[in-house]
Amino acid sequence: MDILYLPELGHFALILALVMASVQAIFPLAGSLTRQPLWLAYAQPAAWAQFVFLGISFLLLASSFLLDDFSVVYVANNSNSALPWFYKLSAVWGAHEGSLLLWLLLLAGWTFAVSLSKGLPADVLGRALSVLGFVSVGMLLFVILTSNPFDRYLPRIPTDGADLNPLLQDPGLAFHPPLLYMGYVGFAVTFAFALAALWSGKLDTAWARWSRPWTSVAWAFLTAGIALGSWWAYYELGWGGWWFWDPVENASLLPWLLGTALMHSLAVTEKRGLFKSWTLLLAIATFSTSLLGFFLVRSGVLNSVHAFANDPDRGLFLLLLLGLTIGLSLLIYALRVPNLKAKAAYSLLSRDVFLLANNVLLVVATLTVLLGTIYPLLMDALNQGKISVGPPYFNALFVPQMLLLGIFMGLGPLSDWKSMQWSKLKRKIWLAGLLSLLLGFAILPWIYDGSWSLAVALGLTLFLWIATTSIRDIWEASRGKKGWKGISRSRWGMMGGHLGAALIVLGVTMVSNYGEERDVRMAVGEPVSVKGYEFTLVSLGQRQGPNFTADTAVVEMRSDEGKLLKTFTPEKRLYQVRGMPMTQVSIDWGPLRDVYVAMGESLDDQAYAMRIHYKPFVRWIWWGGFIAAFSALLAVTDRRYRIRVPETAPAEAGTSRQQG
Amino acid sequence: MTPKRKKKLWILGLMLAGVSVTVGLTLFALSSNINLFFTPTQIQAGEAPENRQIRAGGMVVEGSVKRDPDSLRVRFAVTDSNAQVWINYDKILPDLFREGQGIVAVGELNADRELIASEVLAKHDENYMPPEVAEALEAAGKLPSGSQESSEATEATY
Repeated sequence: MDILYLPELGHFALILALVMASVQAIFPLAGSLTRQPLWLAYAQPAAWAQFVFLGISFLLLASSFLLDDFSVVYVANNSNSALPWFYKLSAVWGAHEGSLLLWLLLLAGWTFAVSLSKGLPADVLGRALSVLGFVSVGMLLFVILTSNPFDRYLPRIPTDGADLNPLLQDPGLAFHPPLLYMGYVGFAVTFAFALAALWSGKLDTAWARWSRPWTSVAWAFLTAGIALGSWWAYYELGWGGWWFWDPVENASLLPWLLGTALMHSLAVTEKRGLFKSWTLLLAIATFSTSLLGFFLVRSGVLNSVHAFANDPDRGLFLLLLLGLTIGLSLLIYALRVPNLKAKAAYSLLSRDVFLLANNVLLVVATLTVLLGTIYPLLMDALNQGKISVGPPYFNALFVPQMLLLGIFMGLGPLSDWKSMQWSKLKRKIWLAGLLSLLLGFAILPWIYDGSWSLAVALGLTLFLWIATTSIRDIWEASRGKKGWKGISRSRWGMMGGHLGAALIVLGVTMVSNYGEERDVRMAVGEPVSVKGYEFTLVSLGQRQGPNFTADTAVVEMRSDEGKLLKTFTPEKRLYQVRGMPMTQVSIDWGPLRDVYVAMGESLDDQAYAMRIHYKPFVRWIWWGGFIAAFSALLAVTDRRYRIRVPETAPAEAGTSRQQG
Repeated sequence: MTPKRKKKLWILGLMLAGVSVTVGLTLFALSSNINLFFTPTQIQAGEAPENRQIRAGGMVVEGSVKRDPDSLRVRFAVTDSNAQVWINYDKILPDLFREGQGIVAVGELNADRELIASEVLAKHDENYMPPEVAEALEAAGKLPSGSQESSEATEATY
């Protein structure tokens, strides 16, 4: 009967983790105030212990899932004995309480990785760990006080669980939250470094060099997490879109935009010693938006298509946590930053200024998205009525901002630090500029569609501009002494990141302008024509799955000449335990276009409402995202992060952190 | 003015110009894209504007759903138990749409105070009530009992 006590042990481990996190937070703080190096040294072992106890806690919750212990409320609400074992595992983070535990475990994992880095001076390391400890204490208190995953149903134990939300019974979604959280939590490390640097007053470029790899790794995870989420929404929600400007999506976009700005401004700070106070502020803001997103999603204040439980206590606690984090860090910032003075000079035509433009644009974009997301909340709180802000707002503002950003994305890599002659820059960019304008603006839209529109022309020009300037940059790098082998990994990383962005631009341009979405009534045997293809509903049927019943359809796609191209078998499933309907999409995918068939609703015996979507180049959006994420990881493995301080951790930690 | 100051002034000026243009555009875009929510009672009282995008919602009236036999066109009424509004729609209704369920529709009112919807939203979770609808029902003094607790018991996550 020992297994029955596992949840209590897990709960106990969670409390021990809180104790350890408190030690990790308070001892270095006290030590640095009273100048006791020994107290500062407490941080490391405390961080390790916290990681171990959170690991134990997480494993125990996972084993409650695997053992079908439905006396645990969280397990009973989110699992079922019929669920396959891998979904039982992913169900651990399938809802509020467990996903918080995952968040904490990942934070402890990052903290553990930081504590192993040997390149850092002991006092900076101790202080950074202290900051991470405080973050962890706040979240642990939140979990233990308001969202304990180990609560029991006693004495009336349910005989079976309420099942995992069918939307989440999908491999894409099993990995989506951990990746996303790795990103969110990863920015806590940069945040901690920034506060530690402010606190100790050691704001040299070394600080920027430590922060860079951590920021890049966090950014890579966040990018991959968002891309995966977008892909999942595309094929699993059955709406056929890849981005909806839903508040929950926006909540993940905010730290991504600021994180992108942070990566670039850290580069300026490391290389040139400029923008120090700005970079610090960005580091604070990036993590703050991570927390803000967490608050928006978890407190239930958002009116989102994603349904969440509404619990005022939780919301208040999170709001308090958010306010404390932002308030305290800005206070420290305000007290310390006036001492910062940048000495370096730079001219208007320089990489410094182009990166500054990148930062300004990204921050403006962040504010745009933030405003559109919280405006309805503010209006509601002020009793100005219930409003919602529609996608046209975001598209009208975000798209031009990104167009401008794209121009600087091309200029940045080809320009020199500090200053450069216009004639030199012109020599480097004229070919790329001419090619993009000629092909993208004038020729390609005609070739693809036989007509011309401004939106397509701008999008394709931008795609070619970013791509050709990236290639030009890497070609220039290859003309060094060692040729192609002499190109550093961070240079490759930058090119890959920019190419990924270019591919996203390509995908977005094509799918938004040439995509076709048709909702049609399909009767058996009556063909429907979409985008030059002919679709025929051949038959309707029904089928019994392991934990669902399904309406099935067979749809044939034929070309103009009547040649059979593809047979689609979409399904409309009804998951019995929750009584929840699900759309199983059938996709004919390819690099140039996806054709997407989803079942809507039954109209009568012989007819069904169907969605038929034609999506050109849609996959490039996700491929671009993954290429960018991979490139960021590649850049982190660059030699220079290892060479200056031989044993420094970032490069190795990049791999060890993934286990966290 | 030293060249350095001049340069800083330029950068500052450009940033200011950029920010003010952005703020202007943002406010304009925001004001033309916010969709106010109206309850059926408010709509029947003539408080909602015509020919402007709004949101309306309530419980779908039992037996009110009428389909066109040859297309996707569908017509149904929503109510807050005081008044009801007809909604016309020609796309696929969401999975969780059914009679008696709380929904929110986005669209424009026509002269007959019927909503021509461009989007109909029902939540992923069948027990979940859109907050606007819950409040509308509450304002009309008729919240179906039990819907609040059940929405907490079956939370869904992203």
